[in-house]
Amino acid sequence: MPSKRGTSTRTLRCLGIESTADDFGVGILSSDGEVLANVVSTYLPERGGIHPREAARHHAEVAGRVLVEALKQARVNPDEIDIVAFSQGPGMGPCLRTGATVARALAAYLNVPLVGVNHLVAHIEIGKLVTNAEDPVTLFVSGGSTIISAFEAGRYRIFGETLDIAAGNCIDVFAREAGLRPEEGLPVAAIVERLASQGRKFISLPYVVKGMNLSFSGLLTAATQLLREGGHSLEDLCFSFQEVVFSMLAEVTERALAHTEKPEVLLTGGVAANRRLQEMIRMIAEEHDARFCVVSKEYALDNGAMIAWTGILAYRCGLTTPIEESHVRLRWRLDEVYAPWVEELKRIG
Amino acid sequence: MDDRLLIKKGAEASLYLEEWHGRRVVAKRRLPKPYRLPQLDRAIRGQRTKHEPLVIHRAKEVGVPTPIVFMVDPSEATIIMEFVEGKTVKQVLDGLSKEDRAHLCVQIGELIGRLHKGGIIHGDLTTSNMILTPSGKVVLVDFGLSEQSEEVESRGVDLHLMKRALLSTHYKYAEECFEAIIRGYRKVMGTEATDEVLKKIREIEMRGRYVSERRLPSKT
Repeated sequence: MPSKRGTSTRTLRCLGIESTADDFGVGILSSDGEVLANVVSTYLPERGGIHPREAARHHAEVAGRVLVEALKQARVNPDEIDIVAFSQGPGMGPCLRTGATVARALAAYLNVPLVGVNHLVAHIEIGKLVTNAEDPVTLFVSGGSTIISAFEAGRYRIFGETLDIAAGNCIDVFAREAGLRPEEGLPVAAIVERLASQGRKFISLPYVVKGMNLSFSGLLTAATQLLREGGHSLEDLCFSFQEVVFSMLAEVTERALAHTEKPEVLLTGGVAANRRLQEMIRMIAEEHDARFCVVSKEYALDNGAMIAWTGILAYRCGLTTPIEESHVRLRWRLDEVYAPWVEELKRIG
Repeated sequence: MDDRLLIKKGAEASLYLEEWHGRRVVAKRRLPKPYRLPQLDRAIRGQRTKHEPLVIHRAKEVGVPTPIVFMVDPSEATIIMEFVEGKTVKQVLDGLSKEDRAHLCVQIGELIGRLHKGGIIHGDLTTSNMILTPSGKVVLVDFGLSEQSEEVESRGVDLHLMKRALLSTHYKYAEECFEAIIRGYRKVMGTEATDEVLKKIREIEMRGRYVSERRLPSKT
């Protein structure tokens, strides 16, 4: 389907909406890969984890403001938007539905095509764009996901993943159990990192790698148990906990790299900000003569720019999402997504 | 001693083809991982080196071909074992005829069945860890992540990993191969135990956070 204004060779602008979990983000990108705007508003729960309905209410409240701010930042008028993309899944139902509703309304109002984007694919695509990686093994670690993936024959295949909870979730729950609270914009995981850097004594904790897959629930239980028993300093516990979580991630990433022999390793997701994890993955990349690419925070955390960029990639391959197929997909797996643009781009060079 | 030839650099260990008292052997060395904390690294390498020969031996007892272990050195995290002639199933699988592929997969399924029946979970069932010898026998290698268990859960995870490995490496034939593996597995484990494991695999697939909605039981 050609765009409503002219040929496909001209630069297109895509507005992307992200709303899978606690972030509501709007990004605007041009088809040559320039980020024109990337605005995110994060829902902060007063206590505990994310409540999906509360987060969705936040998204509905800020949607208008974030949209206007993104358009202002990009210096474009609404009628200069050629495509509207949105994160169709996976994620929390109420959050996804809020973003999808905004996207459908906007696409209909502007009379432009709608593109539903897989959130996990988007994390990989924006990572590749901002680090110039071409064909990486990706380690995506966040509060919702722990996935080791590489592209093979039309799809991002999953080479390893968590069998229970996500690594980021494991760290967050441990931090909350330890009574840590976010400080001045620092998430609790960053406080665990700071405490860990002061730890000295290594305390043995369950290390569970099953082939390419990981399990964090036993580790979380054991660490929480030690917290309650006392007897160890919080610094030593954070240190040991982090070492075990990251060593597990590193082992499986190395396994995927050895298996696929890809030229790059891409580290992304919220946990990618951790220096110790970066250090470990960098060492592995060097060992296997692969280039280490880490995605900066702005694009490693959930954001609208990644949705906009993936929307452009899909649209250029003729993939759009009719309204009647735009229902959200809560459990949409990464390896279900047909991604023809990856080989298309390689061919063009 | 420069007669070492690196034949496989894995994530967990490196395999060297070596001469050992006039014999051609594979030395499996778990080299220190510089990214890991030394204490944790020593613990993981030592534990896996001591554990692996034990399971290799038990596998033989239940009728699963594995390499002969000649020597174990936990302090150097090294195992000296037989060099198994042949090609990995990963190398040959896609090039086989449909019939041969099914035959090979049934054979693999039987071996996995024997392991599980004997209380052994391989822990890393990939086609790179199976060697097809010139005589047509399949030898299972790399028991570095294996464990002893008779739980349906562990069996399910083991086969789930096999399925995932097929999907990521042999996506064209993954489904037919896995079905053939289950046929072989059923021969050894029997219908009841196999159905139980299959049910568990579905449960594991749904437990993962981002399972396809297609695979969820439909309520309509």
